Amino acid sequence: MHVALKTLALGAAAAAMMSASALAGEITINTDTSDPAPKAAFQALIDGFKAANPDVTVKWNQFDHEGYKSAIRNFLTADAPDIVTWYTGNRMLPFVKAGLFADISDLWAANKMGEQLKSAESSVTYDGKQWAIPYSYYQWGIYYRADIFKEKGLTPPKTWDELLDVCAKLKADGIAPFAIGSKPLWPTAGWFDYMDLRVNGYEFHMKLTNGEIPYTDDRVKAVFDKWAELVKPGYFIENHAALDWQEAVPLFDQGKAAMYLMGNFAVDVMKNGGLSEDQIGFAQFPLITQDVPMAEDAPTEMVAMAANAKNKEDGAKFLAYLALPETQAEMNDILGQLPVNNQSKVADDKFLQQGFQMLSAAHGLAQFYDRDAPAAMAKAGMEGFQEFMIKPDHEEAILERLEKVRQRVYK
Amino acid sequence: MSTAFASDAVSAPPRRSFWRRHQRRIAPWLFLAPGAAMFAVYVVIPIFQSIWISFFQWDGLSAKLWVGLGNYAELLGDEAFYTSLNNNILWLVFYMLAVPTGLFIAIFLNQTVFGIRVYKSLFFFPFVISQVVVGLIFSWFYAPNIGLLPQITEWLGFGKIAVLADERFVTYGIIAAGLWPQIAYCMILYLTGLNNVSPDQVEAGRLDGAKGLKMLWYVILPQLRPATFIAVVVTVIGALRSFDLVSIMTDGGPYGSSRVLSFYMYEQALSEYGYRMGYGAAIAVVLFLIMMVFITGFIWRMVRDERGG
Repeated sequence: MHVALKTLALGAAAAAMMSASALAGEITINTDTSDPAPKAAFQALIDGFKAANPDVTVKWNQFDHEGYKSAIRNFLTADAPDIVTWYTGNRMLPFVKAGLFADISDLWAANKMGEQLKSAESSVTYDGKQWAIPYSYYQWGIYYRADIFKEKGLTPPKTWDELLDVCAKLKADGIAPFAIGSKPLWPTAGWFDYMDLRVNGYEFHMKLTNGEIPYTDDRVKAVFDKWAELVKPGYFIENHAALDWQEAVPLFDQGKAAMYLMGNFAVDVMKNGGLSEDQIGFAQFPLITQDVPMAEDAPTEMVAMAANAKNKEDGAKFLAYLALPETQAEMNDILGQLPVNNQSKVADDKFLQQGFQMLSAAHGLAQFYDRDAPAAMAKAGMEGFQEFMIKPDHEEAILERLEKVRQRVYK
Repeated sequence: MSTAFASDAVSAPPRRSFWRRHQRRIAPWLFLAPGAAMFAVYVVIPIFQSIWISFFQWDGLSAKLWVGLGNYAELLGDEAFYTSLNNNILWLVFYMLAVPTGLFIAIFLNQTVFGIRVYKSLFFFPFVISQVVVGLIFSWFYAPNIGLLPQITEWLGFGKIAVLADERFVTYGIIAAGLWPQIAYCMILYLTGLNNVSPDQVEAGRLDGAKGLKMLWYVILPQLRPATFIAVVVTVIGALRSFDLVSIMTDGGPYGSSRVLSFYMYEQALSEYGYRMGYGAAIAVVLFLIMMVFITGFIWRMVRDERGG
């Protein structure tokens, strides 16, 4: 019995030593890349990294996009990988505050990332330190049916009045001005973000999502009153609460709706539905309040290092490689998005070029409501936006409810 | 004294081991032990843990913060909680339709025609497929642009009604989807029950002139009581734990109007924007208490019936 135990213990020790020696030079990467494009982009990233660092082996675990959101909480606390993908802004704070993400400020300083990744620095900074490497972002805006606009003699609206005018004309011709699928809630947040950014501006929007302004404030009410000018005349497709965002795209493709406020990832879905590139146009969200500088929604993708990473040295190498201009250019070519590194070349794509110009001139970049606001606030907020887009008369009750949530969440 | 000693010496049985003496008492507990241990680890202890967590504010990552009854106080002022509770009551009431409908179909199918087994299995089919698939099928049935139902309502002159996007209809729409498999379940319970209906009593009833509904009510139904009991129990519990359909068909929407307590608990504690473990646990405790009312009632009845029988 004793002998058996002894050999067992020896065996375990040997196994532990072996795994320890295997760990040197191996990094584990967990990603939520279940869609084809992100998967291919990470494949390119990892292949490139391996070629540049032949002594490091990479173990890559891929998770389903939605399942990842709960899985990350388990693996970061229990058996942490070295590198993980996650979301910027407020969505990363729970992990930063719980000490699960590694502080990589030194890496930023050593590689002069503050210059090259400047545009997204604030979205990965908390408490004056950097916690992740941003590698990709994309624009939001109004995608419209260029052919329908041409046929009806319409031009993409530049101001609110022009927008209302275009909507009225489209509606009169039996075309729904805007497609939207609000079942997953977040598409409504795109609308709220832009309405608030245009009515009150970037600084106000950041304060609001930071919990510094009550939702019952008159300036917030003004946002909803403006928004109601589109909701009340029925300028959105009917029954959008039963549709996913992709399920609303066919209406756009069939010409039953002429505009869609979305992120650039929607172009791919629109093209798959049978539209050619010439049939789709992109326009910046129109100006509402004069003198409010134009800020945009531009969600950023990021990668972080776990605080409990087993191989921080090689993990840091990986992050540094990810921050390089060439790496980011290659990945974003595959992703169909914009590289964060300002030395990277932007892909030769009509929408990306347009988006790049728009975002380069932007007064500020918001991350998106559900990343700028804490999760509990975002959930209640987006539910309220959806309710408002169906029952605009409930405005007051919705705002009071959101205010109640705000007081609880930001306590 | 001496007599006592004497008798002791005479009748002293051979010493039996502790195990032998208590075998009859211990054995049942030994047989129960594996099951009881599992039940304790996976059911009983987690119940108390949930109750304990419901007194904290906790995101699952950082330290727990004691808030006492704070979560429950918040529940009292939470509109979404009342919406969920209200929907749970709707579920309880309308899900019960599965019992009489199942009975009706069972009686209808309880005849000897060529190929009746095929018909029976076809009626039973919805119970065999997964709830997720049921939810998807009904989502397509209700879908505003491609679905069958909006076409029908339009043809009838009500316009295109998108059941799942309308707060007035959404819960009923989901309950209807849930009824489809539940009716099949009740039907199969009654079909087995009908097999055991004694032909003598039916014959006697017929001689006494009982026909149709009277026959059903006074002769058949009393004999189906065990089947009815089980059907009601599974339907009540099914209604209270309805979750899959809500999650698949609407995700609780539009704007939370189709939530039920179990879904709200999941949203608060475990979903993407949730991680309020304490609050979720408090909702779970309330749901547990509601379930306990029914379960206690059922158990009390079962015990009474067993004693009576």
